[in-house]
Amino acid sequence: MTSSAHALADVLAAEGGGGEGGFQSPTIAEFYPPAVAEFSLLGVDFEITRITIIMWIATAAILALLVLAARKASVVPGKLQYLGESGYSLVRDGMARDVIGPKGLPFAPFLASLFFFILANNFMSIFPFAQISPNSRFAIPLLLAVIVWVLYNYVGIREQGAKRYFKDAAIPPGVPIGALILVTPIELLQVFVIRPFTLAVRLFANMFAGHMLLVVFSLGAVYLLGAGGIMPVFGAASFLMALVMTFFELLVIVLQAYVFVVLTATYLNGAVEPAH
Amino acid sequence: MNIQAAESANPLLPPVGEIIIGTITFAIAFFVLAKFVWPRFEQVFRARREAIEGGIERAESMQAEAKAALEQYRAQLAEARTEAAQIRDQARAEGQQILEELRAQAQEESTRIIARGEEQLAASRQQVVNQLRGEIGALAVDLAGRVVGESLEDQARRSGTVDRFLDQLDGMAAGASPDGRGGATGSSVYVPQGDR
Repeated sequence: MTSSAHALADVLAAEGGGGEGGFQSPTIAEFYPPAVAEFSLLGVDFEITRITIIMWIATAAILALLVLAARKASVVPGKLQYLGESGYSLVRDGMARDVIGPKGLPFAPFLASLFFFILANNFMSIFPFAQISPNSRFAIPLLLAVIVWVLYNYVGIREQGAKRYFKDAAIPPGVPIGALILVTPIELLQVFVIRPFTLAVRLFANMFAGHMLLVVFSLGAVYLLGAGGIMPVFGAASFLMALVMTFFELLVIVLQAYVFVVLTATYLNGAVEPAH
Repeated sequence: MNIQAAESANPLLPPVGEIIIGTITFAIAFFVLAKFVWPRFEQVFRARREAIEGGIERAESMQAEAKAALEQYRAQLAEARTEAAQIRDQARAEGQQILEELRAQAQEESTRIIARGEEQLAASRQQVVNQLRGEIGALAVDLAGRVVGESLEDQARRSGTVDRFLDQLDGMAAGASPDGRGGATGSSVYVPQGDR
């Protein structure tokens, strides 16, 4: 991928970004916009890019909406309050209470915050003028997954005791002794490495691929409409496809936010309740 | 396009600075939501649940109250009915008693009247008998004297013949018909019966 990107970049440089020099397919450079501001603090380089600003706008917008929805919350809800309440209820009842169990309600605020944060940032991938999700940068899904990882391990140790928690993770009850040679490494790897990694990659890859797909169809449409002969017909088809993909992306946006939080709840359930 | 950055970057190796910025952003979001939004929603849920439960409770208590009132009315009605029946029974018993008393009184009165009538009758009979006895004796002696041709009065008075005879007659009459109704002419005088 990187080598092809490299090759394409070479072509692009050679052509000077001209329109008539054949189709330029989008590259991974899509996800590395130029920095708006750069600074270094305690040896760590910080780079504020367009995507960083999109993340702030998305987060600020969802916070503003929810605070507005909750500010004048009453027993008989208004439209905005109803919307906010529905989202919160979905997470609180459908995940915290039903997935984690009777001890799950204290996690509802965290899970709901996670859900709305991911949802808002995912939504930026089809929001006009932003059109790229901060979650298509691996940093954001990764940090969320790490927070989840720390949380469920902490809760597991707190609820079951460190000894019991790690013992259950390494030696799942009900597994024959002989199988432990195989099961123990898999289980340990799964709980402590694979879970957070897949959690982060699932979200990241979905948003990354979604963005790529949209860009390919959009740029293709623009290029083909400008090309001669019968090409504009295919351009129209490509444009249509970009539209369809936008709606598909909307589905992915909601689904991935949901999946991330449901999996978090499942991991928390495993931490709260001792293994059976 | 920052081609140089893209070239050197592996999308799975994020810069540390970005992670820190993202963490701070999420932390702020979580803080604001957990402090200002979710508690408000929870509060509303609670209020809503209480409103519904309170309404149900109110309705239940009202229903219970209505039921209690109905029971009370029924009990009162039953009581009133029992009382009325009691009063009726009592009245009937009282009426019966009064009737009995009146009847007894009437019976007594009639018995008394009858007894007095008998007494009077007996007295008048005795009087008549006594009178007749005297008169019959005198008459008989007188008639006998006329038949015999001399006055027997003094002698009759002396010997008491007439009285003896009459007494004999009385004895005969009593022997022939003790109930006083028989065909014996000697005692055709009315004799009142006890059961009349």
